[in-house]
Amino acid sequence: MPKTNEEKGFVDVINGRYKPKGTFHIVEKNQPIFNKDTGKLAGVTNPRDMTYIHSYGGEAIFFESLGKGKLMATRCDNDRCEAKGSIFEPFRIYCPDCLRKATVVDITEKAQKKAKIHSFIITYRSGAFNTLPLPIKFINVEFDEEVVTILMSVLVVGDPEIGKRVVPIFRTKDPTYTIMDLMFVVEGTPESDLPEFYTY
Amino acid sequence: MIKFSDKQLKIPQLMRPVYLVTVGMSKFDRAFPETRTEELCIDALTAASDFVGMTPAELKKYIHTCYYGHFADHFGDQLLGEAVIHDRLGLDPLGTIGVKTGGATGGSTIWEAMKAVASGYSDCALAMGWERMDEVPTDEGNHLISCAADKDWETPLGHIYTGYYAVMAQRYWKIFGKEEESFRRTMAEIAVKNRGYARMNPHAHGPMDITVDDVINSTVIAYPLRALDCCLMSVGAACGIVCDEKTAYEITDHPLRIYIGAGSHTLRVADRRDMKIPLLPNEKPNQYNDLGKKFPGGDRYPGFSSFLAARVAAYYAYNMCGVVDPCEDLDVVELHDAFTISDIQTYEDIGIRPYGEGRTYIESGDAYVINPLTKKPGKLPSNPSGGLIGCMHAVGATGLMQIAEIGYHIWNRWDEIHEPEEKWKAFGREKPKDWTSLQVKGAKRGLAISHAGVGSHVTCTILMDPNKLIKED
Repeated sequence: MPKTNEEKGFVDVINGRYKPKGTFHIVEKNQPIFNKDTGKLAGVTNPRDMTYIHSYGGEAIFFESLGKGKLMATRCDNDRCEAKGSIFEPFRIYCPDCLRKATVVDITEKAQKKAKIHSFIITYRSGAFNTLPLPIKFINVEFDEEVVTILMSVLVVGDPEIGKRVVPIFRTKDPTYTIMDLMFVVEGTPESDLPEFYTY
Repeated sequence: MIKFSDKQLKIPQLMRPVYLVTVGMSKFDRAFPETRTEELCIDALTAASDFVGMTPAELKKYIHTCYYGHFADHFGDQLLGEAVIHDRLGLDPLGTIGVKTGGATGGSTIWEAMKAVASGYSDCALAMGWERMDEVPTDEGNHLISCAADKDWETPLGHIYTGYYAVMAQRYWKIFGKEEESFRRTMAEIAVKNRGYARMNPHAHGPMDITVDDVINSTVIAYPLRALDCCLMSVGAACGIVCDEKTAYEITDHPLRIYIGAGSHTLRVADRRDMKIPLLPNEKPNQYNDLGKKFPGGDRYPGFSSFLAARVAAYYAYNMCGVVDPCEDLDVVELHDAFTISDIQTYEDIGIRPYGEGRTYIESGDAYVINPLTKKPGKLPSNPSGGLIGCMHAVGATGLMQIAEIGYHIWNRWDEIHEPEEKWKAFGREKPKDWTSLQVKGAKRGLAISHAGVGSHVTCTILMDPNKLIKED
C-alpha cells in the first residue's frame, strides 16, 4: 500500500545540514511464529519500515540531468594520465587511474547516434521493491571507442539483440531523480510508443 | 586499473608455512525455523574438534585470533553478528574481526586467518563463516542481494541480482558457446553432475537425481539460464582452523599446507575496461592473439565473459606454491558454480582450460570423479561436494565448505564425513540406497575457488599434503 503524502518523509538541505520532515517510519507490531505441528513458539516477525537519506555527492549532476533529457558522463583530461581522453559511463567523479577529478561531459548526442547493445538478458524475476514491469529486459550499452565502459540499463520498447542500435529516453516529466529516469528503446521507435513520462 | 606494475604482480610470500589442521560444517538447508545461527556455528566448530579427536574446549585453547565471515548483516538483521557468534562460541577475550566480500566471504575469511598465522601474529586462528538467508521472504532476499550491486546505478533496476549477472552469461553463451545445442547440453551436464554428487552428501541442501533434459526443460530464470542451472540459497555454517607448523603438529599428525591468493575487479560489470590477458604459468605469450578470430566478439578482455579477479587470484596462488598446470598438479577442485555457465568461465580463468575451451573440461569427462566416457577416475574431479548447485550456497560459509571438502579428500577421510548412517539420520535425511563413495583416491593436492557476485572478489585456496609440495619453502 503506497504511503499517503502525510506518511511520506521529505528531506531538504539547509545550511549544509539535512532537514527531514514528515514520517520516516511507521511502527508495526511484531507477530509470534508458531510451529503448527508442535504448537511450540519458534520465533517472532520483526516488521520495519525505514527511509534512508542518501547523498549523490559528485554524481548529483548526472541524476539531475536525466530529468532534463541529458546523459552526462565524465572524461579524464589529465595530461599525465595514461587514461587521458577516456570517457566513463557509468559516470565516475574521479578518474580511476590518476584519481584527478574528471571533466563532466554531455554524451547525449553520442548515445543517440552510436549506442548499441553489448549484451542483454530477459528475466521474469524481480526482487521486492521492483517497479519495472516484467519481464525486465536488461541491456548493456556500448557507445564508441572513447567511452571505455559499458552502461547497464533496461530496454523498454523492442527486443534486445547483441549489436542492435538503441536510443536513450529520459523521464523528463515527473522525474524520480534515480537511474530509473534513463531507459532505452530500439532505434526508430516512434515517440508515441514511449512509456508515460518519458521523452527522447 | 588496466595495467599492472611489477610491484602489484609480486608473488605473495608467507613469512612462515601455514597449515590447515581441521575443518567442520553444519547441516545445510533452505531454512532452519527452529535453530539460531549460533547453534549452526557451534555445530561446525564441534565437528572440527571431533575431527581431530578433541573436545571443543580442548581445541579452543589453541585459538588465538578469530575471523568471522557472513555476507549480509541485513539477512540476519544483526549488526556486529560476528560479536554475537564469538561470544556464543566462548572465545572472548580473543581478538576478532568480521570479513565481508560477498560470495567470496568464506574464502576471504580464511585468507585473513592464514595471514595472521603467516605473519607470526597468531599461532592458531579460526575462520568461521555462515549465512542466514531464511529470515526474510524470498523477494526481499532478492532485494537484499541486489544491494550488493551498485545502489544508485543497478539496484533500482529490478532489485534482482540475477539480471546484473546473467548479462555475462548471455555474452559467453553467444560468443564462446555459439548458442549451440551441444553447449547448452554441456551446461546442463554440470547441473546433473553436481546435483547428483550432492546425493552422496548428508550435509547437502539440494541433491537431485536429474537428467540433462530436466535441466533444459526447467523454468527459465534469465535465458539461457534455467532454474536447474542456478545455485541454491542456503543456511548453514562452516569453519577451518589454521596454525603454524609447531602448533599444527600438536593438534594433528596430518595437517595440510595452505596457500591462498586473492583478486578483485569492479563491483559493476559496467566499469570493466579492456586489458591484456594476464597469463598463468601454463600459458604462453601470444597464445590468445587469435581469440577474437576463433570467437568473434571474444577479443575484449575480460569483457563480460571472463573473471579477472579469478585469474589474478589463481596467478598469485599458483605462483606461491608452484602449480604450473592445474590439471597435472592438482587432484581435486571445488569451484564456485553459482551458475553452470559461470562454472565454465571459471575453468578458463584458473587455467584448467585455455580461454574459449572451457566446455571441454566437462565434455572430456575430466571433471568427474569417474570419467563417464572411460569409466576410469577423472583427471581433475570438480565439486564432488555437489558445489553451490547441489550442496549449498550459504554465502559466508560457502568458501569454507569448499575448503573443508577438499581437505577431506586429501586427508582420505571423505567417507568418514559423508557415509555414516547416523549422520544422515541426525540430519533427517535418507541415505540413498545407491550411496557411493566420492573419495578421490590418492588425492594429495586440491583447490577451492571462492567468488563474489559478478567477480568483485575471488580467492584461490590450494591445499597440499606437506609431503607432496611442488615447491620447497
